[in-house]
Amino acid sequence: MKYLRKITIILLISGIVSHVFVACQQKTASRQQVVRFWAMGAEGEAVQKLKPIFERQHPSIKLDIQTIPWTAAQEKLISAYASRNLPDVFQLGNTWIPQFAALNTLEALNTRIDTSRSISSAAYFRGIWQTNIIDSLVYGIPWYIDTRVLFYRTDLLKQAGFTRPPRTWQALYTMAKAIKKQSRSGQYALYLPTNEWAPFVIFGLQNGASLLKENSTRGNFESPAFLRAFEFLIRFYHEDLAPLGFTQITNVYQAFARGTFVFYISGPWNLPQFKRWMSDSLRDRWMTAPLPAPHADTIGCSLAGGSSLVLNRHSPRKQAAWTFIEFLSLAQTQVKFYELMNDLPARKAAWKDPHLKEDPYLRAFYQQLHHVKPLPKIPEWEHIAFAKIRQYVEYAARNKMSSRQALRALDRDTDKILEKRRWLLKRQHANSGEKP
Amino acid sequence: MTGKKHFFAPFFFLTPALSAIFVFFFIPVIAAFFISFTDLDIYALGNPATIRFVGFGNYTRLLTDPLFWQALWNTLYFVLVAGPLSIAVSLLAAVLVNSRLTRWKALFKLSFFLPVVTTLVAVAIVWRFIYHPRFGIINYLLSLAGLHPIDWLGDPFWAMPALILMAVWKNFGYNMIIFIAGLQSIPEHLYEAAVVEGATNWQKFWHITLPMLAPTILFVTVITVIGFFQLFAEPYVMTQGGPLNKTLSIVLYMYREGFRWWNMGYASAIAFVLFFIIFVATLIQIKLQKAKGM
Repeated sequence: MKYLRKITIILLISGIVSHVFVACQQKTASRQQVVRFWAMGAEGEAVQKLKPIFERQHPSIKLDIQTIPWTAAQEKLISAYASRNLPDVFQLGNTWIPQFAALNTLEALNTRIDTSRSISSAAYFRGIWQTNIIDSLVYGIPWYIDTRVLFYRTDLLKQAGFTRPPRTWQALYTMAKAIKKQSRSGQYALYLPTNEWAPFVIFGLQNGASLLKENSTRGNFESPAFLRAFEFLIRFYHEDLAPLGFTQITNVYQAFARGTFVFYISGPWNLPQFKRWMSDSLRDRWMTAPLPAPHADTIGCSLAGGSSLVLNRHSPRKQAAWTFIEFLSLAQTQVKFYELMNDLPARKAAWKDPHLKEDPYLRAFYQQLHHVKPLPKIPEWEHIAFAKIRQYVEYAARNKMSSRQALRALDRDTDKILEKRRWLLKRQHANSGEKP
Repeated sequence: MTGKKHFFAPFFFLTPALSAIFVFFFIPVIAAFFISFTDLDIYALGNPATIRFVGFGNYTRLLTDPLFWQALWNTLYFVLVAGPLSIAVSLLAAVLVNSRLTRWKALFKLSFFLPVVTTLVAVAIVWRFIYHPRFGIINYLLSLAGLHPIDWLGDPFWAMPALILMAVWKNFGYNMIIFIAGLQSIPEHLYEAAVVEGATNWQKFWHITLPMLAPTILFVTVITVIGFFQLFAEPYVMTQGGPLNKTLSIVLYMYREGFRWWNMGYASAIAFVLFFIIFVATLIQIKLQKAKGM
């Protein structure tokens, strides 16, 4: 009994103390709001440098910035979701938006955009803006852009007898053949790592293929348009124009500098490193170009990749968090961010800045950005692309399967992955059918 | 009265440890067991109403999943080759290090144990260079012998042997330490008696060292096999399961299904199948040792 009384007293005291603490915290909170922001990798560190500028302009808001590594970003975000610990605003790769929208954790931004003075859809590249829309709701504001273009060695291409980069698939193939003919052993025309699915999807989209069918509930990779694109690229492996696998090239920059390959389809994240490795005598021996197209009269599109800024639906500080998104979206912030990070601004106006305008390597990106297509906006896409497309690219590249067999198997696996989605849509349909 | 008191006393002291194990181990295991009968996925995380009870659906799907069989076969291959190899190497190293003729024992112990405590990611970077098809030291040695270079990690046939070699090198030091402890507990007079009888070194090893080490060998075998069945980090950092899924292990497959694609139900089913396999494998080992009369 004696103990019980003691325990009760302790509990009571600790209760009072914690109450006082909470009250204190709330008091400070009313004066100054702390907005929690999560960004991935180096972007997080760069934002730290913009933090003082923002806090000076908005004295009532303090920023708490966390950097999470790219490799574990998705796990961390979803665990944070599961423990109700997501920050007020965070960075999201735009292919992840469908997943987090499915988790019902993103705030639709339509009304905020309508009343915003600084953010409007017209200020952004159209293809990039569209990646943030699911069923006409806008879930994210594009922050920076990752689209892929063709990196190539001008000197090696000239050696093979060509002065301009390929404009068509046919030209790419002809040049690759010519390059291979006069190359030493261990040298290739194109670097097409089998663990990257993106080039295959890009060429499919260029050829007019729709990747999924029936309201994105079934795979459509066996369609003639996709098959032709797939076969076109697989031929580079079979004819030894591209190295198999990805272990032969441990350092892609070093290999590019050494001339192990002439063409590489990649994105702006590689620009700073390529600039660093292609120094001195190699300085003027490389360039970027928009992707080649299936036919001479078409334009070769690329993927609308990149990162967006999203708002947590359950955040109690949405207005303050939105203010921060608006700040990061200003053209001058985006230019500053480019200077810090070399990330390509999503906002068109930022491209008028001389830093961007006068960089010859960025010209191809600017052209390409007008011709980008989004990926299917379903949560399962990551699984289909990173597990399945990759797997069957490798099977076809290593001649374990013909292209047609590989794509048939890819469709079969995709259908399996999308089973839940078919069930959900059917259920939704049945529910909405009952109501009226 | 006193007997009863003694019966409860240990539990009183065990409670803190047991409750931690219960909360952080048994509850998740039980939860995972139930999850393995559902299709808990990213949709269900967002909206619990979309979760479906699928009975043994995940388990029957596993049986028809070629990737699961591939992963199971790869894992068995790894366990059956790397397991005995690792035990043999560590026993050999232990005997050599423990030998009276060896000098600088501490130095050898330290250098053999060093790979165990080095992080795998750092080790992987070094081994990727060792295995590099054009600039790697192994292919350089092969070329000196007049052999063709091998794309160790990129060739579907050689990728798993390459991982086995690396895993054995990385792990044998740990077992070696246990073996050394076992060796040192063998009474010296047994060897002395053998010497008096005129036994050779080989006879001493075969008739004294091995039988006396039997309990240690059983322990090391069980621990090694359990550990090797959970092969994950080596393929995760070295090959990503490739080429052609030839190094995809069960745990790597489970990790991808669960934490990459968020198919928690399916991943839980894989976990329980793996648990069952390890359980049976351990039982067999213990039975075998018992049958030998050890």
